[in-house]
Amino acid sequence: MSKPIYLDYAATTPVDPRVAEKMCSFLTLDSGHFGNPASRSHSFGWEAEQAVEEARKQVAALVNCDPKEIVWTSGATESDNLAVKGVAEFYAKKGKHIITSKTEHKAVLDTCRHLERFGYEITYLQPELDGMIDLAKLEAAMRPDTILVSIMHVNNEIGVIQDIAAIGELTRSRGILFHVDAAQSAGKVPIDLDKLKVDLMSFSAHKCYGPKGIGALYVRRKPRVRLEAQMHGGGHERGMRSGTLPTHQIVGMGEAFRIAREEMAQENERIRMLRDRLLKGVQNIEEVYVNGDMERRVPHNLNISFNYVEGESLMMALRDLAVSSGSACTSASLEPSYVLRAIGRPDELAHSSLRFSIGRYTTEQDIDRAVELIHQKISKLRELSPLWDMYKEGIDLSSVQWSAH
Amino acid sequence: MAYSDKVIDHYENPRNVGALDKDAADVGTGMVGAPACGDVMRLQIKVSPNGVIEDAKFKTYGCGSAIASSSLVTEWMKGKTLDQALEIKNSQIAEELALPPVKIHCSVLAEDAIKAAIEDYKTKQSK
Repeated sequence: MSKPIYLDYAATTPVDPRVAEKMCSFLTLDSGHFGNPASRSHSFGWEAEQAVEEARKQVAALVNCDPKEIVWTSGATESDNLAVKGVAEFYAKKGKHIITSKTEHKAVLDTCRHLERFGYEITYLQPELDGMIDLAKLEAAMRPDTILVSIMHVNNEIGVIQDIAAIGELTRSRGILFHVDAAQSAGKVPIDLDKLKVDLMSFSAHKCYGPKGIGALYVRRKPRVRLEAQMHGGGHERGMRSGTLPTHQIVGMGEAFRIAREEMAQENERIRMLRDRLLKGVQNIEEVYVNGDMERRVPHNLNISFNYVEGESLMMALRDLAVSSGSACTSASLEPSYVLRAIGRPDELAHSSLRFSIGRYTTEQDIDRAVELIHQKISKLRELSPLWDMYKEGIDLSSVQWSAH
Repeated sequence: MAYSDKVIDHYENPRNVGALDKDAADVGTGMVGAPACGDVMRLQIKVSPNGVIEDAKFKTYGCGSAIASSSLVTEWMKGKTLDQALEIKNSQIAEELALPPVKIHCSVLAEDAIKAAIEDYKTKQSK
């Protein structure tokens, strides 16, 4: 059996072979670079430290910041936790109000929920129907005791790009810190932290052809941002995150971000072309809806609802494609996507959604095969769907008295 | 999630997909579930004058387990009397298809569909 076509790059990416090769040279005795970067007394440590600092420069270069502003973490989830909890705890005397949005990643949402138990007050902004945050609503939510705004750069499900430049103007002028989860945007959208008024930014390596288990948090130095550490120990990373640095992981992230910086512009064009080819291929199917704004969107993401077809059965039908369902049916919960609900999609459309995400190794043939399969399987499942029958008979489904269960 | 072979078989080759004339006096139609919940089953039965289910058809909007559950019950109902069909329990469906706990509601929905179709038939007959 041939492997399914991978169209789930927003979940994770394969490691670029150039990255893997570099990582391998930092593991074994023979390679000579296995040392602890914190060892100051011998060359093994010095070499490892040099590699870590080189990688720090590579990560900083992609987002145009000072390498000293990069703190290594285990991934974007840890970065989000460190940013939100770290700021909340350090600035608690100043205020205990935080603003975020309903479509944030769970790493931010659950961290905020956690803080609510400790007396913090959180405002969860409702995005507009296109997935964007209304700046006027954000501004209206700001209070004298607001210490932090946390808004993601690119949404993981619908791929929309928030206007973090404009949000930064609102926060900086009020002395509110601004954290941005950039797990889905680094390497896909140009980021210039010298210009952006962003105070904290979370990064992940594995969304960008680097290894899993490594990420970084940007912590601005001017104006200085303070954090309460969440991991205590040897005082690594200037006390913000203790724990022996995983040299091979860090080197891998550095190399992945170096490649991203050099190849992003060209790669984006190719991926956008493939995404548009996919969209064009499925757009002629009846009752197909794109979720999220198409203009302010990363080139590799397409989130579509196929009305009257349930997402999980569609994924089962499309098992030759590795995609993810907007509906979380595959996890233990039977709730449809909270992101699609938050942008006002009716539950039945949220239940019918699939996220396609395209990447470095996707080919035109992959897309054409995907289009062919989608056409085939949608018509098969609609043949099976009583809702499709009713739609064809002209029955307005919202007028039907359903027996909710 | 891994599906059992029986679920995959019913999903790949659903039995008795289709529709019967919902206005016919000898046809009962049961529609259960809601689009917002991600499952809607429509089950129809054609009943002979002596009370035996001659034919059964279904269409289902839902996950693979929901499609398999409704496909299975159409097979089981055919040839049964109405009383016998009412004895089909969701636990039997779940057991036959080896449904995991998170999918038990699909078998419950299929049992509800049987009851709804039979009730619709009986209501028509008493008119």
